[in-house]
Amino acid sequence: MTAERRNNIATILITLVAAVVVIPIVFVIAFVIIQGMGMISWEFITSAPTNGMREGGIGPALLGTILLTLGTAIVAMPLAIGAAIYLAEYAPNNWVTRQVRLAIVNLAGIPSIVYGLFGLGMFVLFLGTGTSILAGSLTLGLMTLPVVISTAEEAILSVPPEFRTVSLSLGATKWQTIRNHVLPHATPGIITGVILGLSRAAGETAPILFTVAAFYLPELPKSIMDQTMALPYHLYVISTQVPGMPTEIQYATALVLLLVVLLLTTFATIVRTIMRRRREW
Amino acid sequence: MEPKIVIDSLSYTFADGTRALREINLQIRPNQVFVLFGPARSGKTTLLRLLNRLSDLTEGSQISGTITFNGRNIFAEGTDVITLRRKISMVFAVPTPLPGTIRDNMTYSLRMAGIRDRSVLDDRTVTALQQAALWDEVKDRLDDSAFALSGGQKQRLCLARSLAMQPEVILLDNPTSGLDPLSTAMVEESLVILKQKYTVIIVPHSVQQAARIADSAAFMLNGELVEIGDKDLFINPADQRTEDYVTGRFG
Repeated sequence: MTAERRNNIATILITLVAAVVVIPIVFVIAFVIIQGMGMISWEFITSAPTNGMREGGIGPALLGTILLTLGTAIVAMPLAIGAAIYLAEYAPNNWVTRQVRLAIVNLAGIPSIVYGLFGLGMFVLFLGTGTSILAGSLTLGLMTLPVVISTAEEAILSVPPEFRTVSLSLGATKWQTIRNHVLPHATPGIITGVILGLSRAAGETAPILFTVAAFYLPELPKSIMDQTMALPYHLYVISTQVPGMPTEIQYATALVLLLVVLLLTTFATIVRTIMRRRREW
Repeated sequence: MEPKIVIDSLSYTFADGTRALREINLQIRPNQVFVLFGPARSGKTTLLRLLNRLSDLTEGSQISGTITFNGRNIFAEGTDVITLRRKISMVFAVPTPLPGTIRDNMTYSLRMAGIRDRSVLDDRTVTALQQAALWDEVKDRLDDSAFALSGGQKQRLCLARSLAMQPEVILLDNPTSGLDPLSTAMVEESLVILKQKYTVIIVPHSVQQAARIADSAAFMLNGELVEIGDKDLFINPADQRTEDYVTGRFG
């Protein structure tokens, strides 16, 4: 077989593999859109479910998911960015640091139900937060940490080292150097990491199962100590726990959840593109 | 005249055990151009980076001996490294403007030192750009990106940026490596003016450049100091190795 033929075969195979990956995704999204599109209206996304959730909208669940995503951001962002700065700029290159990095990578691989159980034991019961938005945000934040730390650290390390050397040689302190010449250039990467982490948190069911999610709670939460409905759990409930549930409502709920996640990732992409374009070097 | 910098039996070993400097003894007088020359990997840049402790950024290396600046050992406990770097400033081989405007670059060190007064910042910017022979070319575009400058202009900006701190010593690590002959001549000319105010320690681009600009010179080879002298070193070297290098027999 000639090298040229092998090259052609490789090209075909690799294109096929790509198609195998992409086609099901397109199919799933198209299916959800077609099935759910009809139900979507302002009424649907703002009003509370009625008649045992067989009628009405998803307002409280959507609001709950938005609140939980915000809460996750508030919990995860400062911790993750701080940890990433420490690992990238301050941590000595030794055995302990390598173990910490390894632990973070492993934490990212822990099943989300384990985070849910940890949240139940640690926050809901031991710290006495009860099932609440606070407990849910803490649990989701914890789950999001490893992903954000890893991407933020990578973003910080990708800032050219010359900037650090030059800044220090001009009599800047380490913190001034980080503030002025590391973080600004790492921001696009950090934001991307944060939003990708948040979009995962927004779609998770298991971590909120025992920590915050209400089966049916039409009134809106008044404080972070209240329970709330949330989209992923609501979707689970109406898909498996409610007999005689109209399928349009199920698909419309799934579509809204998809849109929330899609919105977050699109936002991340736009922010990154704009900030990269402003970069000078 | 009191020497500005005294290096006393300085040795330096990298984390992997490579000996970069062996027992260096050197005195550098103020207000002159001191040239550190020799073939690649002879330890010139390592020595420069030790002088303002940028060597601190290299993890796991070992230093023995002392460097005395203005009468104090810079490796002593409690040395204020930030102040040291403001007094002994470095210009690197690759011109590296910081992201931002020309003005941002010029005032960076001052702002980091806490100077906010706009008139002081402007004053220092103008003076330093003039000293580095760049003022005429950039006076109308101080608020343009520093990355829009040519290679030669960038390097003079880096020099000016160091001068704005009003240091006492300027370290130049092969500052003309990537420059055309015209820009090189401009940098070399500015050194003549600079030495009236500052002590200039430079790793030159070539032996020819070394001979052109040196008031004093030290020849380094494999981490050792072979010979120290004045301009005469390039004409009548005492050591055979210096002669072989200066006359181009190796290097």
